Amino acid sequence: MSIQPNIDYIKKLSGDNSEFEQKFILILKEEFPEESQDYKNYIARKELKMAAELVHKLKHKFNILSMTDAYTYAVAYEEELLADDMSGNAIFLDFLDTVKNYLNTL
Amino acid sequence: MNCIIIDDEAAARAIVQQLCSKIPEVDVIEEFDSAIDALKFLNQHQIDVVFLDIHMPGFTGMDFVQTLKNPPKIVMTTSDTDFAIAAYEYEAIIDYLVKPITIERFEKCVHKVKNALQQKVSESSVENNSTGANEDLYINIDRRLIKLKLSELLVIEAKGDYIEVKTEKEEYRVHTTLKKIKEKLPEHLFLQIHRSYIINFTKIIDIEDNSVLIDKNVIPISRSNRPELMRRLNLL
Repeated sequence: MSIQPNIDYIKKLSGDNSEFEQKFILILKEEFPEESQDYKNYIARKELKMAAELVHKLKHKFNILSMTDAYTYAVAYEEELLADDMSGNAIFLDFLDTVKNYLNTL
Repeated sequence: MNCIIIDDEAAARAIVQQLCSKIPEVDVIEEFDSAIDALKFLNQHQIDVVFLDIHMPGFTGMDFVQTLKNPPKIVMTTSDTDFAIAAYEYEAIIDYLVKPITIERFEKCVHKVKNALQQKVSESSVENNSTGANEDLYINIDRRLIKLKLSELLVIEAKGDYIEVKTEKEEYRVHTTLKKIKEKLPEHLFLQIHRSYIINFTKIIDIEDNSVLIDKNVIPISRSNRPELMRRLNLL
């Protein structure tokens, strides 16, 4: 259950500025693994409100990478975590893996 | 128009920075990953617009807006549309951008900000003309209130717990802060160009790289205040 990410939005934002595109991909490559790991740590410690904070940040990355379904899922999952329900974790981890694999190809 | 960006995510800040770079009249002065750091900055600098993320850990965008006494124009940026109605309850908030922000939507936003800033300037000008206010300033020296003509002030310098007010004829030492006197000075005549200096904009003789000359006083220009100074100059 995942859709293929892309950097169409970044390309549009970059225009002819490939320097920005490269800089932005670097930021994603730095920021995404940190946020993913923080999310996993909070889930392991059952700190679900903090995990929700990380889902909030990660869903923005889904958005940037045009992952509409993942974004919609994350919006609902963030609310579930705030209501002490972490049953959506497995699917959310799938989305994180999709992004991780995609960033490795860039 | 000068602006700052506040967002705890580096990727989000980079996007707003890139959008700003596409519009020549928008200068990004600073970026902040925490609202607290931005508050400190805003206490010392005059900024036209703040691009502010609503959802930040600890101190949210709404907390930030409520804390500001004289807020600049604020554009909220967020992934959630839920906050939109609440956001518009604040006069300072003039737009609400949903991430990911498109170039077209950002251009509309800047147009909106420009209109709001122009409106603010004309309102302030009407207010000054109709009341006749802001022509004089009274300062307290040894329990005596001395009237100074604002048009004759040259430079105001912060010196510890005091400020030094230089006019065309005299110099006065007053026990107050630069921030307090700044509130009493009309924006169309005065400009803070350094954390320790406010100048009478109309008295500038010349400007070199990092300083202005007023009468015989050479006043430094700080990096962060320079864009506003340049914006106000009638450059050929």
